[in-house]
Amino acid sequence: MPRTAVLVDADWVEQHLDDPKVVLVEVDEDTAAYEKNHIRNAVRIDWKQDLQDQVRRDFVSKEQFEALLSDRGIGNDDTVVLYGGNNNWFAAYAYWYFKLYGHDNVKLLDGGRKKWELDSRELVDDTPKREKTQYKAKAPNNDIRAFRDEVVESIGVKNLVDVRSPDEFSGKLLAPAHLPQEQSQRAGHVPTAKNIPWSKAANDDGTFRSDDELTELYQGEGVDFSKDTIAYCRIGERSAHTWFVLHELLDQPNVKNYDGSWTEYGSLVGVPIEKDV
Amino acid sequence: MATETVIQGTVTRDGQPQGGAYVRLLDSSGEFTAEVVTSATGAFRFFARPGSWTLRALASGDATADAKVDAQQGQVTETAIAL
Repeated sequence: MPRTAVLVDADWVEQHLDDPKVVLVEVDEDTAAYEKNHIRNAVRIDWKQDLQDQVRRDFVSKEQFEALLSDRGIGNDDTVVLYGGNNNWFAAYAYWYFKLYGHDNVKLLDGGRKKWELDSRELVDDTPKREKTQYKAKAPNNDIRAFRDEVVESIGVKNLVDVRSPDEFSGKLLAPAHLPQEQSQRAGHVPTAKNIPWSKAANDDGTFRSDDELTELYQGEGVDFSKDTIAYCRIGERSAHTWFVLHELLDQPNVKNYDGSWTEYGSLVGVPIEKDV
Repeated sequence: MATETVIQGTVTRDGQPQGGAYVRLLDSSGEFTAEVVTSATGAFRFFARPGSWTLRALASGDATADAKVDAQQGQVTETAIAL
């Protein structure tokens, strides 16, 4: 698949700002970011409020996802372009989510909000009005979503790619260094997992590295492309970034994102854990 | 707070606070660890662990600057980065 099918650059977005069939969606961890300003005509999806069930720890249901997209004025035949802060972590997570619920015409803005800001491109604070739609989602495609039992069974069998920082992987830290230390009961990583931080797949400005560089990166770190792969991180958003790289940019067929990630695995009773400190 | 290792500071350009700059925290091997955006007053903060770190600030116009810090547990390490 050519990159342009899944990834667009800022120039492309500027050329389509007024295209009614292209819906820009900002997805952030920091929801105040959108309120301050955003790309013109972009709507917002709140990663925590809109994409997580507010009672159980799980995704929103198909019906809730339909209600969300209908409310945001996203139609089944619209091209959705996702972007956000944190080097597109949450935009990549939303991308994976859109794919999971069968919206195939979705793309990421390369470099996300950071690249857009560093280019000093236009940001506005007025919110667009989009007519509500009657969005119909498909049944969730769990071929791209891993659950905990499959992760345990994959130890020593499939490629397990831990995309957290080296200090989280080794067990020195439980969370990224810009967040207070909290979360799972235990530190460390899934045995046989390779530590390939998501950041190795991106340039400083947040854009993705070239296909050749990415292939070399994963193969160089011991990922066997003839095997199935599961990516995980702490809560599934950084690993969605790596899922995007492996599944969408490098066309690897069987790649799953484990969204339970370390906050689930590191709190399970009785599963094996490796720790380097 | 006694158990946290905090690295914080401000980013300036031409002596003025630089809001909206990106600050990356790189470990002693140069590996990316975290990134935050500075506030309107140019401020940033990381919760890290004791050791040597490099801070790298990025702002519009290809402006970048690095600063090295040594962080200690239970202490707030203050750093000024000038673009």
